Amino acid sequence: MWKWLHPYANPEVSYHFTGKLLPWLSTLATLFLSIGIIWALAFAPADYQQGDSFRIFYIHVPAASLSMGIYLGMAIAAFTSMVWQFKLADASAAAMAPVGAVFTAIALITGAAWGKPMWGTWWIWDARLTSELILLFLYLGVIALHSAFEDKNLAGKAAGILTLVGVINLPIIKYSVEWWNTLHQGSTVSKLGKPSMSVDMLWPFLFCFLGFALLVGVIICIRFRSEILTRNSIRPWVRTLVSAHLTQEKNNAVR
Amino acid sequence: MQFDSFSAFLNMGGYGFYVWLSFGVSTALLAGLIFSSITNHTKVIKDIATRQQREDKLRQVRKDRKNSKNNEPKEENQ
Repeated sequence: MWKWLHPYANPEVSYHFTGKLLPWLSTLATLFLSIGIIWALAFAPADYQQGDSFRIFYIHVPAASLSMGIYLGMAIAAFTSMVWQFKLADASAAAMAPVGAVFTAIALITGAAWGKPMWGTWWIWDARLTSELILLFLYLGVIALHSAFEDKNLAGKAAGILTLVGVINLPIIKYSVEWWNTLHQGSTVSKLGKPSMSVDMLWPFLFCFLGFALLVGVIICIRFRSEILTRNSIRPWVRTLVSAHLTQEKNNAVR
Repeated sequence: MQFDSFSAFLNMGGYGFYVWLSFGVSTALLAGLIFSSITNHTKVIKDIATRQQREDKLRQVRKDRKNSKNNEPKEENQ
């Protein structure tokens, strides 16, 4: 049943496959993000209570949910690599960590910039904010472990253990607004059933979310390809690829 | 369009600073991440290439040395 997946376990096939995927993903990401952001900033109606400050929502919520989604993906990759000794999974986990860290930072910063006018404070030790900050530290730890060892297999193992231990933080973030009744509001979009949001506010959100998700795909693809090259630098296919790249560069310089 | 003029758009109903701070910081962080990912990729390729060239050179030197050593006894015989 899963046989069609087998060729993608080959680093060379994955490298070329992600290379072909990249232009499509980038085009779609640019399209959805530009439509979504312009719609969100200029055309979506202002909130009846929060006014135009609510437009921060269109970055804050996609960034926050993607920061958790990327962590989940990283945890699945770490688990795969640990159980089935699947080396490409380590490369993908290493590619995901910096992207997740940046999205967590964006969620925290936009949250602070939204909290100041609405709550009257940049930061408060609310359950949601604190657990999201811990997520940022988990990402930083994973990045540090990936670069701490010369041996990439060992690095992948150490970072994988930290990733899997940190998974406990995901349900804490998700349900923090229900378990502890503090300042952060409950979820608006990802409710079961109907989202409690008017349609002309929801559509630009969906565009923004999809755009950011595609952008995550683009950046992970770029980083994944670099990780594959570093981990396979002595393989013949990498050698031919690198020398082809060099001759092309020389030709460009001559012209 | 929700805004009557460009200045109203920039003002964001009085929340301009917070809205543009959020969008600005997010854009800057993402642009930085994309830029560093792309430059890192070319750097990885260049690093592998330089290592490869060094190895090739080393191999060439060893080969030359071996050849000259093989040639030396012949010269002595003459």
